[in-house]
Formats: sequence, structure tokens, C-alpha cells
Amino acid sequence: MTKTVTDVICPFCGTLCDDLEVVVSDDGKELHEVYNACAIGAEKFLHSQAKDRITRPRMRQEDGTWKEISYDEAVEYTARMLADAKKPLMYGWSSTNCEAQSIGSEIGEAVGAVMDNTATVCHGTSLIAVQDIGIPSCTLGEVKNRADRILFWGCNPAHAHPRHMSRYSIFPRGFFTGKGHKGRKVIVVDPRPTDTASLADIHLQIEQGHDYELLDALRVAFKGEKLPDFVGGIPKEKIYEVAETLKSGRFAIIFFGMGVTQSIGKNHNIDEAIAVTRDLNEYTKAAIMPMRGHYNVTGSGQVWGWQFGFPFAVDLSRGFARYNPGETTSNDLLRRDEVDAVFVLGSDPGAHFPFSSVKKIYDRPSVAIDPHETPTTEVCKVHVPVAFVGVEVGGCAYRMDNVPIETRKVVEPPEGMMTDEEFLQRVLARVKEIKGV
Amino acid sequence: METVTLTIKDQPGLYLEADNITPDAFAGKKAEEIADLHVYVGREQYRLGDFFEVSGKAGATAEETKIVVNGDLSRVKYIGMKMTGGEVVVNGNADMYVGAWMQGGKITVNGNVDSFAGTGMKGGEMVINGNAGNYLGAAYRGDWRGMAGGKITVTGNAGSDLGTFMTGGEIVVGGDVDVHVATHAEGGKIVIKGNAKRRLGGQMVEGEIYVFGNIDVMMPGFAYREDVDIDSDGIKGRFALYEGDLGERHRKRKGQPIYAKLYQRIAA
Ligand code: SF4
Repeated sequence: MTKTVTDVICPFCGTLCDDLEVVVSDDGKELHEVYNACAIGAEKFLHSQAKDRITRPRMRQEDGTWKEISYDEAVEYTARMLADAKKPLMYGWSSTNCEAQSIGSEIGEAVGAVMDNTATVCHGTSLIAVQDIGIPSCTLGEVKNRADRILFWGCNPAHAHPRHMSRYSIFPRGFFTGKGHKGRKVIVVDPRPTDTASLADIHLQIEQGHDYELLDALRVAFKGEKLPDFVGGIPKEKIYEVAETLKSGRFAIIFFGMGVTQSIGKNHNIDEAIAVTRDLNEYTKAAIMPMRGHYNVTGSGQVWGWQFGFPFAVDLSRGFARYNPGETTSNDLLRRDEVDAVFVLGSDPGAHFPFSSVKKIYDRPSVAIDPHETPTTEVCKVHVPVAFVGVEVGGCAYRMDNVPIETRKVVEPPEGMMTDEEFLQRVLARVKEIKGV
Repeated sequence: METVTLTIKDQPGLYLEADNITPDAFAGKKAEEIADLHVYVGREQYRLGDFFEVSGKAGATAEETKIVVNGDLSRVKYIGMKMTGGEVVVNGNADMYVGAWMQGGKITVNGNVDSFAGTGMKGGEMVINGNAGNYLGAAYRGDWRGMAGGKITVTGNAGSDLGTFMTGGEIVVGGDVDVHVATHAEGGKIVIKGNAKRRLGGQMVEGEIYVFGNIDVMMPGFAYREDVDIDSDGIKGRFALYEGDLGERHRKRKGQPIYAKLYQRIAA
């Protein structure tokens, strides 16, 4: 017999859908089916059932092969590595719960680590912009119920956040948006004709890397000032039209993604987009929101913001928190040889960092905590598999709009496996012993 | 003026945080006392003397103290940080934060500096006989006040994000600069003798930029006003004057908005 668990949270992307239904065996040991999730979300749940899943920590041998070790040995290696390093990097934190992030921060403080999360290669630039000029934002619920002007800038939710458009942004009928898609005007700014762009009323197919200029042009247009004939390949008539469309709405929302956060200008693009939003508030209600990727990258920014005052790239080496992206960000630290040990949890730099950085991880003492085998586990000295957060253990996660949502446990992890939180607790206790604190 | 000479003898395994290499910290100290000042590598504290040969002695005050630093300093951060007077001469390449939050005195670097040189600088003079990295004379992260006073001269090129949130002072770059110049600036003067790429004066409120060479892409928020002849302070010739950033907020004087000014030299 089976049972169905309802209202399950999807721990994959920052949309954090909370309406999944999961069919599990009566004893709660096997997961059979997932309903309502998109393809990538469903895959995350089903992946926990992989028959070849690694269930015990392992250490790489001289000849490159793996040797199974106990959790005790893995805790010892990790604690020693962190306690011995002069400046360890503790990276990741985006695919785990806030409880684990919080214990990780305690370890970071005890060993003087640099704490960095995946925002460093994603929306960290947005966070810099927010710190520079603030952010008028809202919740996804407000978007669903109120927004009638939707602007997607440099993002492609059709593929990266598959249910975002149907649950919140384009299609749903809300309290003041009873006509659904028909009542909304959708604008997409993207150099490529994406699947998201194909749904747009207006697609500005901007020349790559001219986002900052186009955003500035919108602000000039709002003020009724003169524009050059073309900005980023877009004729000025079109820019005035988009400015009018945005101004004439009752509630405008700008969603933006890595097409602007990681292209030329980075934080400046977001800074200018926030300024566009601020300007729009002189005419109508407007808000802006980053399309956060990992399901709990927002949460790690929250946890560190609350513990250290900074949302990523926090350097604790001198005993107080310093933060300067460009210096204290993972890739800069690795590239410049500023760190001497690497700890990774809840992300996959092996797949996402430049090769030069990955090589630096390979050259150093390193530990990867991850339920999966990933390119990162392939370059680290020790791999510690753990239970899937949001599938095999619950815990708090923050949606892209900074709404905390309690994820749920739906199925048992394989016999004898630790959770992130348990593993980190053990490491923290051991670090304290070594340091005598 | 008394001179203290530091010669690096051991390169740090990671990077050296040497915010004590300033006339202020050295003033009134003998060589042994200077060698005892702290430096950091990661979370560990060491003595300045563990990495440098120290000779000579300091003057009684910062103003009367000159520091000469020799060798490869490309792994040494914070040279001249927060100094209020005296002189520092760096013979070699230096790492980040040279002259950060500097208030007075003079720094000469005979080599390149990495990013964040002159961060939040308030006064004094810095001459870099080489190239500068990114964020020269910019604000520290999250601060809305960049360079406020003093002068920075770079004979070579400078990187991106030059003079972010600048409110005063002057930066002169002999060569080319990368993207984003004077973003959010509310004052100050930037002279670029070479070429600029893009995004000059984005979100700029007040201040002046002079460009002698090319600009790849002009900000749409800068509007051409007129051609002007200038002959002052080493800036000479006919320039096209642009005003902006029109998209940004601006103060008004006698009912007229005050814009930032961007001058580009017109090829003779
Ligand atoms: S859109 Fe994101 S949160 Fe929703 S089901 Fe798909 S992967 Fe999961």
C-alpha cells in the first residue's frame, strides 16, 4: 500500500512551490511518485531513490580511488582541516536548511573562515546593489494578486523556474487580477528569443551587454528627456513605449536574472534597475525581485545577514566580519591563492566555477558534503554524503521573495545516514575540542 | 625627516594584512619596536619583523616619518591605510588597499597596485607610477561616500569602477580606463588622458569627467550641450561638453537643475 503526502515543498529552485503531492510507501521508506512539480523538481525527489546512491563517507587515496570511511573519520578530517588552516573557505550553503547554515556559521566563527554562498556567482551582485541603494520589493503573493505589468530582464523562467509564471507571475488569476494573463502586459528584455520571450507582449531584443544603458534610457524616458536614436540596438520610440506601458500599469514588477547580474556591469545593472523601480513609484506602484536560483540561497543570505550583517562573502578570519566582494568572494580568493583549505556544502562549485578555481580546490585539503556525486565531490579529498534536505529531513528555507517556508520530510533517508545539521554539529563540537574553547 | 626602510625577506604563505605600515603607526619608534608591530596572515598574528628587514628609525610624529618599502609587495595589503601625514615610498608592486581611507601625507608607488587603492580617501596625495586595479578612489562596499579629497595620479592604466560614489578630490589617469567611471558620484574631478570604454558618469549627480581619448559608448543619460575651450590645470584644448546623468535625481540652484559634466576632447 502507499500513502500520499500533500502540501509538500519543492527543494529545488527559489520558487519553492508548496503544493506538491508525493506518493510514498506505507513504511515511509520508498518514494514512488511526485505530482504537481515541474520536471526538474520531480527529478530532485526521485533522485533520492537512486539505487547506486552513495551512503557512506569516502576518502580519496593516493592512487585516486575512493576508500570508504566512517562518519567519525569524516568529522575528524573536516574538523582538523578547518582548525589547521590559516584561512579556510566555507562555500555553498544554498541547498540546505537555515538550521544547518546557522551551525555552519558557528564553525566559521570558531575557525576564522571566509563564509560564502552561491550568490557569489549568481545574485551576489544584486545584494551589493541593494546595499548601495536599497530595494523596493514585495512578495510573490502580491505579484499574483496585483501585478499587471510584468518585466522579465535577463532571465528565462520558462526553463530556470518552470512554475514561476503559472503560479505567480503571468498566468494566475488573483484578487485584483481576475483576467489572468489577459489582464497583464508582459515585457521581456533578452538578447535571445527565449521561450519566456515568446510569451511577451513586447520583447526588447537588446544587444548583449547594453542593459545598463537601456535601464538608464528608461529613466531618461520617464522624465520626458531626449534620448539618442538607438540604445543597445533598441529604437528610442520603443523605449518611450515601454516607459509608458510601465507607467500606465497599476502595479509593475521587474524580475531579473543572471543575464544582468553576471554580464558586464554586474551590480551596476541591478543598481540601475532598482533606480528604475524607484522612479516608477512616482507614477504607480512598482517592485523588483531577483529570480533566486537554489531553493535556499536566499535563506543563507538571511542567516548571515542576521548573524554577521552581510549576506555573502563574509571574511571572519580576523575575528570580526568583513565583506568586500572582489576580495572576499570565493573565486577571487581561489584565483589569488588567499585560502588554504576548502569546505563545500550544499552546492557544486566543481560544475559552476571557472576551471582555474576548481583546480585550486583540487590542490588543497578539501571536503564536499553532498547527497550526490558531483563534479565537486570528484575534486575534493573527502566526500560526505548526507540526507536530502526537503525530502529526507525538513527545515526552514527562504523563497526568492524572502518568505520563510518550512520544508517537509516525506521519506526516510537510507539507514545510518547523517543530515547536514548532525554532521555540522559533530564538526563544531570537535573543532571546539581541538581549539580548547 | 627620519626614514624607516622595510625590505621584504619572506613572502607570506597567504596574504599579509599590514595595516601598520603607516607613518602614524611608526612615529616615535625605533627599528626593533617597529619590527614588533603586528601583521596578520589569515587568522594568525605575526610581527612585521617576521616578514621584513627593518632599518632606520621613525621621526617623532607621522609628519616627520618617511617609510621606504622595497621588494615584491604583491602579497601585502593595506600599505599606508588611514595615514594622516608623512611619506611612504613603495618600490615594487603592491596588493590591495594602498592608501585606503588616507587622510594626509604622500604615497608614491613605483610599480602597480591592485584594487581598492585610495578607497574612501579623504586627503593627501598618491602617485602610482604604474597601473591601478579596479575601484580606484571608490567607496568601500555599502558606503555612499567614496573619495572625498586629496589627489591620485596614475601614470599607467586604471581598471573599472573608478571613483564610485566620489564626492570630492581628483583622480588623474595617464592611460586608459575600464568600464564604470564616477558611478553615483556627487562631486570631484576625474581626468582620463587615454581612452575610456563605457558607462562614464552613470547615475552621476555632480562632478566633472575629462576624457582626452575615445569613449566606446556614451551613456544615453548624457546630452551634448556645446563645445568649449579649456586651458587650466594641464587640461588644454577644445572639448565637447555633455551634461547628465539626465535619468538621475539632481539638486536645483535658482530653479535650474545642476548636472554632472563630461568633457571629451575634440580631435584636432
Ligand atoms: S518551479 Fe522550482 S520549486 Fe517549483 S516545482 Fe519546479 S523546481 Fe520545484
